[in-house]
Amino acid sequence: MSGTAILELRKLTRTHGKGAAEVHALRGVDLIVRAGELVAVMGPSGSGKSTLLSLAGGLDSPSGGEVVIENTPLGSQSKSQLAAIRRRSVGYVFQDYNLIPALTAAENVALPRELDGVSARKARTEALAALEEVGLQAEADRFPDEMSGGQQQRVAIARALIGERRLILTDEPTGALDTETGETVLRLLRKRCDEGAAGVLVTHEARHAAWADRIVFIRDGLIVDESAPSQRAEDLLVSDEVQA
Amino acid sequence: MSVKHSLLAVLADGERYGYQLRAEFEERTGATWPLNIGQVYTTLSRLERDGLVEPAGQDAANHVFYRITDAGRAELFAWFAKPVTRAERPRDELAVKLALAVTVAGVDVPAIVQAQRKHALAALQDYTRVKGRLGPAELAASLVLESMIFQCEAEIRWLDHVEARVLRHARESGTSPAKRTENTADREAAEPATATTEGKNR
Repeated sequence: MSGTAILELRKLTRTHGKGAAEVHALRGVDLIVRAGELVAVMGPSGSGKSTLLSLAGGLDSPSGGEVVIENTPLGSQSKSQLAAIRRRSVGYVFQDYNLIPALTAAENVALPRELDGVSARKARTEALAALEEVGLQAEADRFPDEMSGGQQQRVAIARALIGERRLILTDEPTGALDTETGETVLRLLRKRCDEGAAGVLVTHEARHAAWADRIVFIRDGLIVDESAPSQRAEDLLVSDEVQA
Repeated sequence: MSVKHSLLAVLADGERYGYQLRAEFEERTGATWPLNIGQVYTTLSRLERDGLVEPAGQDAANHVFYRITDAGRAELFAWFAKPVTRAERPRDELAVKLALAVTVAGVDVPAIVQAQRKHALAALQDYTRVKGRLGPAELAASLVLESMIFQCEAEIRWLDHVEARVLRHARESGTSPAKRTENTADREAAEPATATTEGKNR
């Protein structure tokens, strides 16, 4: 993988509580995610995978170590700078879609751009383009409660990808979706990474993790192992040409 | 896998010669079970002997064509109708290996589980990448791939289950799952074997 590093986690630790109640959620995690790469994080519940994602997205601060997004160390940023990085560089997709019920699909998607100071008209144009990409142009003016779970999650993905965002962080994005809809969501994520975004996918589903370029295993707050495709099955579709 | 019925299935579509049969079988099944051409010809001659196919002449390049007979067609549809029994599948070497691993002193069972999990996930990544490239029209091939994907997934879930049980067992009996004396290994032999039987349920 030779793309630019978009996300770097350096010796990341996170401790909750104090004294006897102290819990080490992360105990020194190093991870680099490059442009064009989708990395899955797998581990049992309580292993630290969701903590890792919150820290990576600047939604929580580490107890030690550093998070660097596109060469900017988050630790050295002021609150408002951090908010701007979160808004401009990072897209989040969570299990519960976190759409604002009072806004239409297009308004939900346009919101982060409007917060960036982009004009309402330009933000809407961008939002419509993002919705088209997830196959929802026809639903642009619907409200979240008028859409299926799968459609809402696609809106959340469109929102996560609008603008210049190059890092997309997802936590069980296929949560309550059926198998086929879940797959649509993953194909979309895969496609965006193939087009140059960097993605982190936290999941406990092997079938979903398998869309990633690398799968890291986390146990008790540490990355303990990593798996990558073996190339072997690439041969599946290029069986030797039959000469008759 | 029944080579005999696979060839009948391709011939049900029309007359073919040996190489065509192999190529079409592989195309339809996503090339997941490579056939060798020798196998194709031996099977064809057995099918001919049993009256399930018959020769259908040669072309200019001396390719010998075969066609399915009515008896062959009946045999094929009987095969489709009959469920594949669990006994026809190969024994699960992994289940046997892990059952043995928990009975041998000094074996690091969680490490075996992790190595296997990693292997299964890498295969799953491979299958998923191939699947990602298949078009919607390639139904037959993608069904075979998905069968392999679900098998990998079942194996990984079973491995999670094995790991959890081995760790819980070690905790409850106060031993380390990785380093046990011969005595505790003997005592533990019975229970994890139960886990294996449960897990085979897929």
